[in-house]
Amino acid sequence: MTILRTSNLTKLFGKTLALHGVDLNVEAGRVVGLLGPNGSGKTTLMKLCNGLLTPSAGEIRIADMRPGVATKAIVSYLPEVSWFNDWMKVQDMLDFFSDFYQDFDAAKAADMLKALSIEPSAQIKALSKGTKEKVQLILVMARKAKLYLLDEPIGGVDPAVRDYILSTIIKNYNPEASVIISTHLIADVEPVLDEVIFLKEGEIVLHEDVDTIREEKGMSVDKLFREVFKC
Amino acid sequence: MAWQFDTDRPIYKQLRERILLQIVSGTYGAGAQLPTVRELAEEAAVNPNTLQKALMELERDGLVYTQRTSGRFVTEDEAVIRKAKNDLAKEQIDLFLQKMAAIGYDRQDAAVLIQTTKERKQ
Repeated sequence: MTILRTSNLTKLFGKTLALHGVDLNVEAGRVVGLLGPNGSGKTTLMKLCNGLLTPSAGEIRIADMRPGVATKAIVSYLPEVSWFNDWMKVQDMLDFFSDFYQDFDAAKAADMLKALSIEPSAQIKALSKGTKEKVQLILVMARKAKLYLLDEPIGGVDPAVRDYILSTIIKNYNPEASVIISTHLIADVEPVLDEVIFLKEGEIVLHEDVDTIREEKGMSVDKLFREVFKC
Repeated sequence: MAWQFDTDRPIYKQLRERILLQIVSGTYGAGAQLPTVRELAEEAAVNPNTLQKALMELERDGLVYTQRTSGRFVTEDEAVIRKAKNDLAKEQIDLFLQKMAAIGYDRQDAAVLIQTTKERKQ
């Protein structure tokens, strides 16, 4: 089953072409790395999948639906920026998610918070940047979604938390759901990925299975990235 | 602790090698049940699809088999395991001999050296 399909997806910001003619197919049960230098269109693509932006041209289908209320129920999105309200407590966020999303597993979120020794009674304002990111990820991963869109989930955290996040992604693996991760830290996510998409100036320059890359080119994805995007 | 991988080579191949080593070394003996794909993937910190692929390769080679309801097992055929063990050993010997050749030892010299090294240790 195809979870995400785009055809000729194009997004203009004024005269700037952020995405250009993106044709993409992501099947269920895949963990996909969305890789590209800054400004290549990764976040734009994720926002389009979420309905936070509307395409200038082309189409997006999530489980055969246009982005909208119905797709928000099955898409779990981790934005790059923090969306927390400082006056809230961690518990408030859990309640918020329980209210908003039918697929939110509050018990699972509580377990994950406990594993990272984060108190539900803690005030968001009092959390460090890294801890905030952990809480955001927990909320997003505790949903039983069909499509997880994780925008730079491991950028701002230390290596131990990075490992925890990656193992959470593995533990949550569901053959009926797909995960798309955008990141610059390719070497860290390599073992977790099925396939990668390289975005360059708004266009897909490569979409391939990671083991096929290693087999055919005899190099890691990280190395291939450095070659393709050599400055 | 996550397993270490050489990211220049397909990870499923490295997983296959790693599990094969556990089979021939007896960590998973003949007839033993293997952990589930999910458990192994978590332990190795790899994508479950990649691990699945490694197990399919081992299955194709007759080293493991799937029992529909109860999971995956190591073959009970000890001859198959012995042969896999032998193949692994031969691979290592080939690599070793290549390195020795680079140093300037032929097969004979290398063999003699192995003998004397062993004797010295005893």
